[in-house]
Amino acid sequence: MELRRDVFQAIADPTRRMIISMVAFQAMTPTAIAENFDSSRQTISKHIQILTECEILEQEQKGREIYYQLNPNGMKEIAQFIEPFRKLWDDRFNKLESIMKKHRPK
Amino acid sequence: MEQKTQVFAKDTEQDLLITREFDLPVKTLFKAYIEKDLFEEWMGCDLLEFEFKEYGKYHFEKRNPKGDVIFSGKGAFHSFIPNEMIVRTFEMDVFSLPAQLEFLNFETITNETSKLTMHIIFKSVDIRNELLKKPFVQGLNMAHNRLQDIASKLNRIL
Repeated sequence: MELRRDVFQAIADPTRRMIISMVAFQAMTPTAIAENFDSSRQTISKHIQILTECEILEQEQKGREIYYQLNPNGMKEIAQFIEPFRKLWDDRFNKLESIMKKHRPK
Repeated sequence: MEQKTQVFAKDTEQDLLITREFDLPVKTLFKAYIEKDLFEEWMGCDLLEFEFKEYGKYHFEKRNPKGDVIFSGKGAFHSFIPNEMIVRTFEMDVFSLPAQLEFLNFETITNETSKLTMHIIFKSVDIRNELLKKPFVQGLNMAHNRLQDIASKLNRIL
């Protein structure tokens, strides 16, 4: 069984973060992506593969070339981690507000 | 409808921005951050140490009804301007994550409303993401404690 990779693993690496920033701007071929790095083509391919497995990147065939672009659904996962954190602070701030409303000197 | 508390996090940056508007004058909001009893009440924790002054330290913990510590953290106040800003550090004892730097800005909107902007800077993007995953753990802990409470009450009845 293939293990579904974690989105956080995907963005843990600086090269992968750079790739994400690049394709967020425009869809790119693997060759065009690799040209921006000193690393070998294989290394960059491996990074692209990880990002694809994490569903952060998706492929699109245009003629003979494969283009990589951001998968908007993959990136939503980070937002899902933010929501419980937001809720935690929202609860605390609601409590602060109600306590301080009572506390206010009339 | 716009949410009162908002959290902004860019995928490639090692910080978090939390904003919240309050139906409170800025003075009252600031007070909630600097008075020990009030801080304990809204954070739902006990302050073991709380020296609100430049380079003063703070240390808090939260215990479950059994008396076990379920959450604790500490830090130092770096600088502040009353009703305007607080710069402090924060570090959790329980998850062994590195310290974070927090810039708290307090703004007046109207005489009766104010806005808090909390800018948190982490050691790295990974550390920030680790922290974002933690409320799950905390949520589970709390649910677990509540379950224990209910279970212990049931035990007494039965």
